Amino acid sequence: MQTEGKSRKLLRIHRDDNVLIVVAPVRPGNRDVVDGHEVVFTQNIAIGHKVAARDIKAGEKVYKCGVPIGSAKEPIPAGAHMHLHNLKSDYIATYTLDKDHVFVK
Amino acid sequence: MSSSNNSPALQGFLRSDGRKGIRNCIVVAYLVECAHHVAREIVDSFRGQPVHLIGFGGCYPNAYADRMMNTLCTHPNVGGALLLSLGCESFNRHRLAQNIEKTGRPVGTVVIQQTGGTRKSIESGKEWVEQALRQIEAVPRVPLQLNELVVGTVCGGSDATSGITANPAVGRAFDLLVEQGAATIFEETGEMIGLEDVMSSRAVTPELGEELKKSVEKAAYYYRVMGHASFAPGNAEGGLTTIEEKSIGAYCKSGDSAISGLIKPGDVPRKGGLYLLDVVPDGEPRFGFPNINDNAEIAELIACGSHVILFTTGRGSVVGSAISPVIKICANPETYDRMSDDMDVNAGRILRLEASVDEVGKEIYGKVLEVASGVQSCSESLGHQEFVLTYKSFEPIGPHCLPT
Repeated sequence: MQTEGKSRKLLRIHRDDNVLIVVAPVRPGNRDVVDGHEVVFTQNIAIGHKVAARDIKAGEKVYKCGVPIGSAKEPIPAGAHMHLHNLKSDYIATYTLDKDHVFVK
Repeated sequence: MSSSNNSPALQGFLRSDGRKGIRNCIVVAYLVECAHHVAREIVDSFRGQPVHLIGFGGCYPNAYADRMMNTLCTHPNVGGALLLSLGCESFNRHRLAQNIEKTGRPVGTVVIQQTGGTRKSIESGKEWVEQALRQIEAVPRVPLQLNELVVGTVCGGSDATSGITANPAVGRAFDLLVEQGAATIFEETGEMIGLEDVMSSRAVTPELGEELKKSVEKAAYYYRVMGHASFAPGNAEGGLTTIEEKSIGAYCKSGDSAISGLIKPGDVPRKGGLYLLDVVPDGEPRFGFPNINDNAEIAELIACGSHVILFTTGRGSVVGSAISPVIKICANPETYDRMSDDMDVNAGRILRLEASVDEVGKEIYGKVLEVASGVQSCSESLGHQEFVLTYKSFEPIGPHCLPT
């Protein structure tokens, strides 16, 4: 059966979440429904990644599974990809590898 | 949702301490590895009957293993116990037998050195089990309320889907169970780093909140000594942005209820609510990893009184357990398609947007009631009865861990 919001690519885990999980590959130009509003994606987003469920203000807490996972570094519009570039931990900086395989913060 | 109206009438096996079992099995327990073969031969001759093999392999004494064996042999799902001793191990078989006897359960001890070796011990043990199985048929069956049920959860063979389908769905099932007065138990403090404050704020008292926080700090230290990494670059490629986000994958199995207490292996919740089981040993790391595999955790959840275990898996674990049925919730739809014989619930439907997290949560809740009513889970019907118990050391829980 079809779930809330009639989305074709996005999964809502918890009612308090302001992010949705991508469950089918997203391509630029794809349209989908995000919490009742249509959005047009502007980039490729891989399965398992997150998009904003609504407009999120800079500094706002980001919720997934009903639990805060960090806060927004900048204003994030509904449907935008959310990752290291616009979301930061409130606990400890996330270190990862850049394209040259160097540890970056 | 109102309680008794839409719950099926459950029956439990009444034990002398007032607890009720959803199964009525005989455990055959070896008290050192040297008695393992004899115990297994006895159990193997009762295939298809409720006779389960458990045991402790170590020859040297260990207070934790002793407590685990005592609580497991008097678990409400257990009707009686046969102890298998070689004769010279240090496990205190006398006290274990006395503790089981005090509960009114049939208990037997076969000491291999005194009985005359392997063959005679197997024969003697088989005779005892045959007569004990007849004896436990007389255990009274009485109505079992949901507020008398204890349900534990664990994840194993996780993949990227676990944290977004099966684990949040178990969280919903836990919320429904807690609403009905059941006791629910979650664990894996080692996977909750970054969520100390979030978890602490859910405690029913600030003092308990502090204890919850300390348990995660203890786990962080222990795993650091064991060389366990936290956030790896592969996590970010998979879409995880922060350590908190990685940790909620396991944590969300706890649902949204307030946290009523912190327990350690062998502590049985005396009332309904949500409990954190601290499985990380106290003191300096001594015996290696806190739990060497999923079944070591399942045995601890059962020692805390769990009647049923909710086991989430993405890659596809097949294990069950001795004593309490294990319900498998498969997170990944492709794994489910490949291994459906082993899976009780297909939470992968969430990923395909065929069902919501709430719907699968309700399905898991229904499955718990079904299994509690006597229907076998997949792992049970396939004959899985894994059991692992190793060396560990714990201090008793502090005074603030179980607020009244």
